[in-house]
Amino acid sequence: MSAENSVSADTSLLRFENVTVRFDDDETNALDDLSFDVRPGETRILLGAAGSGKTVLLKTAIGLIRPLGGQVRLIGQDIARMPEEKQFDIRRHVGMLFQESALFDSMTIAQNVAYPLLNQRVNRLPRAQMEPAVREALRFVELEHTLEKLPSELSGGMRRRVAIARAVVTKPPLLLYDSPTAGLDPITAHTIMALIIKERDVDNTTALVVTHRYQDGNLVANFRYNPDSGRLDPAGKQGTNTVFMVLREGRLIFEGSQAELEAARDPYIAKFVKRPEEEAAA
Amino acid sequence: MLDLLKAPIQAVQDFYELTGRAMRNVFRKPHYLDDIKLQMDTIGVGSIPIVLLTGFFSGAVMALQMGRSLQDYGQTGRTGTFVSIILVRELGPVLTAVMVAGRNSSGMASELGSMKVTEQIDAMRALGTDPLQKLVTPRMIATALMLPCLTVIDDFVGMLGGWLIAVYVYALPSLQYWSTTWRALVWNDVAQGLLKPFVFSFAISLIGCFYGLRTKGGTQGVGRATTQAVVVADVVIFVVDLFITKIFVSATSS
Repeated sequence: MSAENSVSADTSLLRFENVTVRFDDDETNALDDLSFDVRPGETRILLGAAGSGKTVLLKTAIGLIRPLGGQVRLIGQDIARMPEEKQFDIRRHVGMLFQESALFDSMTIAQNVAYPLLNQRVNRLPRAQMEPAVREALRFVELEHTLEKLPSELSGGMRRRVAIARAVVTKPPLLLYDSPTAGLDPITAHTIMALIIKERDVDNTTALVVTHRYQDGNLVANFRYNPDSGRLDPAGKQGTNTVFMVLREGRLIFEGSQAELEAARDPYIAKFVKRPEEEAAA
Repeated sequence: MLDLLKAPIQAVQDFYELTGRAMRNVFRKPHYLDDIKLQMDTIGVGSIPIVLLTGFFSGAVMALQMGRSLQDYGQTGRTGTFVSIILVRELGPVLTAVMVAGRNSSGMASELGSMKVTEQIDAMRALGTDPLQKLVTPRMIATALMLPCLTVIDDFVGMLGGWLIAVYVYALPSLQYWSTTWRALVWNDVAQGLLKPFVFSFAISLIGCFYGLRTKGGTQGVGRATTQAVVVADVVIFVVDLFITKIFVSATSS
């Protein structure tokens, strides 16, 4: 067991304990008695249909939505009852990719990526160190040439890559990705997933990836980033530390490995697990 | 009935919470000086043209009206006195505040509202920065610093407008106009004339930001937030004006 894993025995980066979320006007719970634990070094794939509560789950994880009941422990601290002003310093350890990228549309790409470095209360970098850090983050997503552009001048896929750069620029140990491939063509979607895998393998980050596409999870679970070729190689026997979860109408109906997921009998789960080739045949 | 009251009371409570947090942030790190400077530029320098124009014409029209009324008493010579007292005590602060509210409360509401509906506010929160600290407090500080300055400018160009009318329409000597203008003012007027814009500035910035941050429902919501911000800010300016004036009137008459 590596040093990294021994830490995971007692600390988790994100833990939900019986979390329930309900919005004012709704009759049903958006999240219903949810419990899970994201341990360091792990990548969690959360599958679910549109409206199953995936985004709500991520927003609850980072404190943007307050749960009705239960505990949300982020980096070891219960944020469910914490006043928001105290949460900002905890959120610094988490990178989040929003579904629609949520870039600041009146700032340049460079300013967008520099934003967390410039504005967080602690660890504000001196200006001299700012630019190399921003360049490095943009080089990571291969968009170094767009520094002075505005987000509106970029394509949807590029915007999402910039948002990834902004999320990783502070090197947070935990990353939350909200439907990183939603609305993208298969080639761009693959590029984004490759970046997520690269981030995992280069910086050893823990991640929670929310998606409705099983092939995204399949890619994360079975491929590794090869720093020499810059491509994805099959992970082989060594495998990856990937856990799958399935969310249905706010309830967690599955948690386990890929093999267990593929063997699951539940028709809802079976619909997700269709391989791309089966999908084409259907 | 209680349900009807719930929403407005909740809104007032939210507004006080926003105000409290924005004020507390003045004394908390981090301080976004660049944002304060930028806002001082857009709110202060950016409003100068509109303040010059409205100030000049309001002063001129007041001199015209006052001069005519005073003619009946044979007191045209005191036009300057009335122009300066009304401008410094009342018209300057209120008119400037209403103009800046129209220009900047709406600007703040639409800017923050657009950020809200495109998840940029949530992104700020998720990136570990406080949107109140980053967006609201700089606007509040910048307006509080700039509005009194703008009011002084407005008062002065208003007097200039009054002077032109006094000299060219009522044929008063310039010296008489300016000396009556100057002698009419006491410290109490100046204090009142500077305190008012300082207080109004909080209505302008906080109401603009408040409506911006609670925007719901896409582009239409942004439009609604903008309109509401200006309307409410204007009404609050007039209401607060009455109270401040009452306090000063009581203080001087006793």
